[in-house]
Amino acid sequence: MLRLSANPTINTVIKLVAVAVTMFAFVFVVMVPLYNVLCDALGINGKPAAQAYTAAPAQVDESRTVTIQFIASNNEGMPWEFAPSTTMMKVHPGAVNGTVFHARNPLPVAMVAQAIPSISPARAAQYFHKTECFCFNQQPLEGETSAELPLQFIVDQDLPRDIGTITLSYTMFDVTDMVGAAVVAR
Amino acid sequence: MVDHHHGDHHHGPAKGLGRWLFTTNHKDIGTMYLWFSFCMFILGGTFAMIIRAELFQPGMQLVEPEFFNQMTTLHGLVMVFGAIMPSFVGLANWLIPMMIGAPDMALPRMNNWSFWILPPTFLLLASTLFMEGGAPQAGWTFYAPLSTTYAGPSVTYFIFCIHVLGLSSIMGSINIIATVMNMRAPGMTYMKMPLFVWTWLITAFLLVAVMPVLAGAVTMMLMDVHFGTSFFSAAGGGDPVLFQHVFWFFGHPEVYIIILPAFGVVSQIIPAFSRKPLFGYDSMVYATASIAFLSFIVWAHHMYTVGMPVAGELFFMYATMLIAVPTGVKVFNWVSTMWRGSLSFETPMLFSIGFLVLFTIGGFTGLMLSIAPSDFQYHDSYFVVAHFHYVMVAGAVFSMTAAVYYWLPKWCGRMYNETMGKTHFWISFIGFNLAFFPQHFVGLAGMPRRIPDYALQFADFNMLSSIGAFIYGASQILWLYNVIATIVAGKPVHDAKVWDGAEGLEWTVPTPAPYHTFETPPKIDPAHAHS
Repeated sequence: MLRLSANPTINTVIKLVAVAVTMFAFVFVVMVPLYNVLCDALGINGKPAAQAYTAAPAQVDESRTVTIQFIASNNEGMPWEFAPSTTMMKVHPGAVNGTVFHARNPLPVAMVAQAIPSISPARAAQYFHKTECFCFNQQPLEGETSAELPLQFIVDQDLPRDIGTITLSYTMFDVTDMVGAAVVAR
Repeated sequence: MVDHHHGDHHHGPAKGLGRWLFTTNHKDIGTMYLWFSFCMFILGGTFAMIIRAELFQPGMQLVEPEFFNQMTTLHGLVMVFGAIMPSFVGLANWLIPMMIGAPDMALPRMNNWSFWILPPTFLLLASTLFMEGGAPQAGWTFYAPLSTTYAGPSVTYFIFCIHVLGLSSIMGSINIIATVMNMRAPGMTYMKMPLFVWTWLITAFLLVAVMPVLAGAVTMMLMDVHFGTSFFSAAGGGDPVLFQHVFWFFGHPEVYIIILPAFGVVSQIIPAFSRKPLFGYDSMVYATASIAFLSFIVWAHHMYTVGMPVAGELFFMYATMLIAVPTGVKVFNWVSTMWRGSLSFETPMLFSIGFLVLFTIGGFTGLMLSIAPSDFQYHDSYFVVAHFHYVMVAGAVFSMTAAVYYWLPKWCGRMYNETMGKTHFWISFIGFNLAFFPQHFVGLAGMPRRIPDYALQFADFNMLSSIGAFIYGASQILWLYNVIATIVAGKPVHDAKVWDGAEGLEWTVPTPAPYHTFETPPKIDPAHAHS
């Protein structure tokens, strides 16, 4: 056994304090990053990638049609009008598709919003590639103005056969107060 | 502080308040822990009485919904961190040195600190009740974003309290491990230690490993609330589900932290009143260690409904069911210890048998909850409330009650009133079951937990439940009276071995236990089995 002190009690105490400190660090250094990495890698929690998909366009699978549903909702206390321009699309895997969401800030003051996506069923998340999305950035809007928020995506040809419908849901959060503050997590 | 240079090794305690403030004596500190935890038991019990009074009838009668939420939150926090955990630390302080033949704990000064930071912390936590916005109301599990985005100013006090409680627990645990590893009397090998010492040793390792995780969780909350981070805020790229993972990574080992010392207590008492050695000592040790290991890989069974992949649900479901194996080993060993024993039913034995029966019921409902597909119905219902009160109250609190009756004569040299003790048991047993058994039914029928009002069809069972809770609560006053009456004017006992079937080094020292014991280590008979 590792001896850190001639006094056996001090020796035990030093080791145990080291365990406690390690476990505290473990939360920040291992648990938090690992959770995010696992969710991204496995598409758990319906979390799609937070960066634009850049892979070369692959062949379009004309033989297969997948239904994409769009949902837009506001987080509690968010006053914006926020809705998809179309609630449903039929697409072929491999094809690049585009749509827009409408957003309007009804208040007389400028605000900043952040849309957070979620995909259902969760295991479809890793097959749903966004080449362009308004959710990659925060969306500022002057008071009483509106904007068209673009979205471009490709459904992967490897999407499991049993998935016929993918629902993409966005929740709009008011981040006006957070802007300027450091965003550490993720 | 008492100095040890004047050559008198049999001096008594210092006089006055200073004795308690500056004491480094394991018995004094144990006593303070026990009294403090009893005060917290009464405080947390008062919160429970308010909850049950509101739920006596459907509709809103007594309190505002916000206050009701504060009551459920504080009831859980105070009972878990203020009553159950410190009570077992108190027991450990009193008994572990005496059981392993050590003169005191390994770190007496730290022992004093780890106790004395507790009372101010709970005072601070209770004081949040009088703050603007009230006490924390996100439940004892304080899930984000309820405890971050939607929390009142009291959340900062709450976070500070959790940090200090964690510090206290870690210091106490380090002390226990250092004592058990370094201060055993010659000949007291690990496999000769009483099972109470074993369960506490393993519990202490669990505490050192997971209290820092809880500290990490509340630190992230603090940063989210005050420093603009977004660990748990989806808007900033974080994830509220992350909170649940971190919390339950602490929270599941925590439930074994609470119950393992209770297992240890019962493993001392049942053999004493069966007049037989504990059946399957070695398997008890291995079962305890297995439970401790498994407790680290089952946390997400508290979160089946968050949207985990099926593979995850299956893993956590099977891992959880696996815990029933070592737990079953323990239950069967206790029953086998009683088998063909010369049983007698003094109060400690009654509470231990009550523990055995009711904890097993709580274990079975736990097994039901572990089944992922059916958990979707039970989740956050009163069925869960019934389950964890069967293991927390009938498990931990009943065993603690048994422990107090069992060792009280050794501590104070006086015998408690047996009739009053038995009465206390039967009223507690009936009150407890009346309070919590009907909650299984309302839970299965769909009554959610943590709500101040409920649908009319739950009215009868809730009224029964409240009556039972009042009976159980009132019976604890009888306990308090019995203990005080024993200390003040109980019938003196002089036998070192108060109970004829009791085994262990603590029964070899005079009764009442002198202020200092085992200043010279006892001789351990190499042939002598563990107790």
